[in-house]
Amino acid sequence: MPRAQKIALGSMAAFFLLAPLAVYPVFLMKAMCFALFACAFNLLIGFGGLLSFGHAMFLGTAGYVAAHAAKVWGLPPEFAILAGTAAAALLGLVTGLLAIRRQGIYFAMITLALAQMVFFFCVQAPFTGGEDGIQAVPRGRLFGVLDLANVWAMYATVFVIFIAGFMLIYRVIHSPFGQVLKAIRENEQRAISLGYDVNRYKLLAYLLSATLAGLAGATKALVFQLASLTDVHWSMSGEVVLMTLLGGLGTVFGPVVGAFVIITMENYLSQIGAWVTVVQGAIFVVCVLTFRRGIVGELANWLRKPL
Amino acid sequence: MDTIFGVPTQALFGQLLIGLINGSFYALLSLGLAVIFGLLNIINFTHGAQYMMGAFVAYFLANKAGLGYWWSLVLVPLVVGFTGVIIERLMLSKLYKLDHLYGLLLTFGLALIIQGLFRNQYGTSGLPYAMPAELAGGRNLGFMFLPNYRAWVIVASLAVCIGTWFVIEKTKLGSYLRAATENPALVQAFGINVPRMITLTYGFGVALAAFAGVMAAPIYQVSPQMGADLIIVVFAVVVIGGMGSIMGSIVTGFALGLLEGLTKVFYPEASNTVIFVIMAIVLMVKPAGLFGAQK
Repeated sequence: MPRAQKIALGSMAAFFLLAPLAVYPVFLMKAMCFALFACAFNLLIGFGGLLSFGHAMFLGTAGYVAAHAAKVWGLPPEFAILAGTAAAALLGLVTGLLAIRRQGIYFAMITLALAQMVFFFCVQAPFTGGEDGIQAVPRGRLFGVLDLANVWAMYATVFVIFIAGFMLIYRVIHSPFGQVLKAIRENEQRAISLGYDVNRYKLLAYLLSATLAGLAGATKALVFQLASLTDVHWSMSGEVVLMTLLGGLGTVFGPVVGAFVIITMENYLSQIGAWVTVVQGAIFVVCVLTFRRGIVGELANWLRKPL
Repeated sequence: MDTIFGVPTQALFGQLLIGLINGSFYALLSLGLAVIFGLLNIINFTHGAQYMMGAFVAYFLANKAGLGYWWSLVLVPLVVGFTGVIIERLMLSKLYKLDHLYGLLLTFGLALIIQGLFRNQYGTSGLPYAMPAELAGGRNLGFMFLPNYRAWVIVASLAVCIGTWFVIEKTKLGSYLRAATENPALVQAFGINVPRMITLTYGFGVALAAFAGVMAAPIYQVSPQMGADLIIVVFAVVVIGGMGSIMGSIVTGFALGLLEGLTKVFYPEASNTVIFVIMAIVLMVKPAGLFGAQK
């Protein structure tokens, strides 16, 4: 890992370790869940060049399954999270096989449509609780010992999950697999002519991204003890695009910064109701027109170092 | 009472009619998307919001200026189409050299802004829009009751769709347009102002959406969210039909509306998702879409 990235990683970890002394921990846990969600999304768009407009389906589905597993089946939290993540992976496999059949704009439309289908399924399915969602999900005891009802135990768990997910994505990006993925993004025809089975790489990237988004969703369901329709709605898919775009598409740390900024903004702007949508839309427009590198992308460009 | 497959004919034809109405809107909207995509290579995510704007401008014209439905049908596409021209000139035109995905992101952002602004002003509950007096009532066809306005929607949207198809496929203007889709640089070299053509094409696509919005206003209520979910279904319609062919979008739009209506009769639980399921099947069998050519 280059020095600049080591410093960035160290500051990020230090920030999330020290910040709860000053900031409301539930807010930070939310930020970490969304940061992992955005990193998972960025793996696909930033390194595979595939813009998914349906990532909410993984976040939401994993949340529902984890919440159901913890509340109705009474599974301990580690298995609830595992069940949610596995559900997202399975959904990723099915939708991935369909979506990778088209590229570019069509890929975005297909993922959006598939996610909408999942949304309608969640509205109608009996186990999701419809408009109410699944409420009062028990956090349980992690590995039978750590009582997650304690906010610090929960915080530590989320922190470990976030850092582990982040490091996994970092490893993937910098592995030979990640290099091939970048090659496909840059020039798919050439990658094919070099003998790479492009569709297999795309599917694997999609699957990984879906699984990690699911991990974020399952963790989030335990943090808030709630799984609801908000997390499967298309506006959530839009939000993760926004976080990644604002932070910097294709940067390692960008999605974390973007997620943090957007979550903070929503927290402070929550009094002004529907204006949040307008502000989000405005950030989209400004980013696309004048700020395509994003916050971290601009910083990396200024430092001339990859971040 | 007569039945077909155990379903009363009244209910069956009623749902088929609703299906055709929905199909009219799918056809108009996917046609607009296809026209815009053909020349600009941008998927216009703002389309749903522009459809909603069409309905709202009709509502304003009726309540603030006293101009009725027929005036709206002419004026609204012009007004909303003009806002489209401004959007193209100020924003979209900056993106043509970039990855097409940026166009999608920009128009998504615009849709959020427009829908958010209208929601702030008018809330989420719908506003009523009066049906034109000339088309009130309906007629009994013997096997079903056909409200006049609904018949008008189907006829008018068919006419607009076919008119658009005719202009693009059969006229000189349309041939410039198709040529510019294939090779803009060459067409420009022949002395045709391609950038202006692009601007007007976007304006026209937006005007189609606004036209659909006016037609929808008396049927559905005028509400800020009316286009948000619709546009996602239209995306699926576009994927099913493939955007290569104008006639393809029209046929697919109407056919899927009908199919959705049939699903409401025979298996209502799936009526929300049937179009997405068909999209999945089409992707498995013919990934380029029913009328599309794989690029």
